[in-house]
Amino acid sequence: MVVPSLAPCMDSKNWGAEMAQKKTGLVSLEEGGFAIFLVLLAFACIIIAGKTFDQVMAFHAGLGALLAAVSVFLIFKNYFDDGGEPIPAEIDGKPNYNMGPVKFGTIAAMFWGLAGFTVGLVIALQLAWPALNFDLPWTNFGRLRPLHTSAVIFAFGGNVLLATSMYVVQRTCRVRMPGKILPWFVILGYNVFILIAGTGYLLGVTQSKEYAEPEWYADLWLTIVWVMYLFLFLGTLWKRKEPHIYVANWFYLAFIVTIAMLHITNNLTIPVSIYSTKSYIVWSGVQDAMVQWWYGHNAVGFFLTAGFLAIMYYFIPKQADRPVYSYRLSIVHFWALIFIYIWAGPHHLHYTALPQWASTLGATFSIILWMPSWGGMINGLMTLSGAWDKLRTDPVLRMMVVSVAFYGMSTFEGPLMSLRSVNSLSHYTDWTIGHVHSGALGWVGYISFGAIYCLVPWLWNKRGLYSLKLVNWHFWLSTLGIVLYITAMWVSGIMQGLMWRAYDSLGFLEYSFVETVEAMHPFYIIRALGGALFVVGAVIMAYNLWMTVRHGEAEEADTTPVGSLAPAE
Amino acid sequence: MNETYNAFAGFAQTWGLLYFMILFGIVLAYALWPKNRKKFDDAAQIPFRED
Repeated sequence: MVVPSLAPCMDSKNWGAEMAQKKTGLVSLEEGGFAIFLVLLAFACIIIAGKTFDQVMAFHAGLGALLAAVSVFLIFKNYFDDGGEPIPAEIDGKPNYNMGPVKFGTIAAMFWGLAGFTVGLVIALQLAWPALNFDLPWTNFGRLRPLHTSAVIFAFGGNVLLATSMYVVQRTCRVRMPGKILPWFVILGYNVFILIAGTGYLLGVTQSKEYAEPEWYADLWLTIVWVMYLFLFLGTLWKRKEPHIYVANWFYLAFIVTIAMLHITNNLTIPVSIYSTKSYIVWSGVQDAMVQWWYGHNAVGFFLTAGFLAIMYYFIPKQADRPVYSYRLSIVHFWALIFIYIWAGPHHLHYTALPQWASTLGATFSIILWMPSWGGMINGLMTLSGAWDKLRTDPVLRMMVVSVAFYGMSTFEGPLMSLRSVNSLSHYTDWTIGHVHSGALGWVGYISFGAIYCLVPWLWNKRGLYSLKLVNWHFWLSTLGIVLYITAMWVSGIMQGLMWRAYDSLGFLEYSFVETVEAMHPFYIIRALGGALFVVGAVIMAYNLWMTVRHGEAEEADTTPVGSLAPAE
Repeated sequence: MNETYNAFAGFAQTWGLLYFMILFGIVLAYALWPKNRKKFDDAAQIPFRED
């Protein structure tokens, strides 16, 4: 709903007065380049849609053609609306920040978050009561589970990272990000990837690689968008007015560069045909497994950690109104984290065909990771040093601080689980699910919620949030939800692992598999209850943000943090 | 097979370790170098210097 209207209006609004004179210069190289690329893409999609024998490919190619055509229309509509005038980088000596794409990303994050959390609740309920599969192909667990993980990690988390990175890099470099079309191409293109990937899962299209399920054509599209994102980020750094690059931008840059590398290596596939959704990976056997978990673990390390640490290093100091505890520690934190994380992947493959030395190496690096992880956690928490009372009065700050505490907890647990002896009990059980969710709901979820609670009043020029009381409700309901979730999964997982390895005096297995499933049933119900509380919290948040944008008290003109971008309310 | 393992382990336990120690040393020196102190204290204030 915001897609078509926001792009032209953000750029034209400030320049409404000048629209009258309509000086139509030539289209810029950027506008022309994107338009030609998208026209070619639309034609290619039409040809593929017409010739394919694969119904899902026909649907996705048709969707691609439609969206590419609409984008070309918007580029030219925008061009004629503003008369081809370039947007000034500064107004009255202040940077004319480009916040339109950031707003879109924030709204998209909230939308996908609600969708992803709800699908998570549905599959939690399906595990407790399998009848909820409804015996339909589109709603079975196997298709909904990647929909849930991709929606929360890549759609919710990804949009949070895109929006906050565009915001933080502009503000800390004190410069408008480059390009007129480029930022919109990145944020809209990324969401098109989500749409293609998500509808593909529901229709049964998958590579069957965990967290890398989208098929070859979606992967290619993401590669293009991601490279553009890298250009956009580097371009902003290049233009910067602030000589020093703030530490948050280092973490964002590591996240962007590493994800590009991981995504390309783990998706080197050859499609069966250009008209087919199916492809095969060039890696085979244990090499494929190793590449997959090198990707998988670094998706955790660089997407879910480095990117969100960047959020921590900007938003916690801003909200607490005091600089980060130790900037020097943040430098050590950064270099140590990125140099060590990249080696930890093999710990996902203990007791497999992977040579033992490789998985030992992975576990060793996981243990070493304790140091940078906890260094970073201490740096985040100690930023509050001398201002702990703010936790009592500011629920947004409290959310972010609890998030950092969860970060410390799950990065303590992770290396422990990477040890071969612990892994032999924990692997393939619900313990892993509990571990992942303490990181995902606690760390990534809470730091994202905190950042969004900060961003919405800043972006829409409001004095503050509509209701802090509702933030409190959100905080306590979802905290209760997380605690129920992870404790249920710990108990269930350890029980499951112990039952699997229990032998009787004659050396026979004590329990059949189905007995372990039966024993886990009560914990599945508790987990679903925890998930439901988390969803309710997110719904409260969405309402609160909606009311903030609609009815929040406007910030006075002089002190607006978003400067001259204030849209007409 | 065993030789590959020994060669790899030997390399990792000597040169790999040295490589990481040197890198860590460089990072520590850069972060803690007294001359850089002012620069980093200043950098910590960047989020509050926006307009």
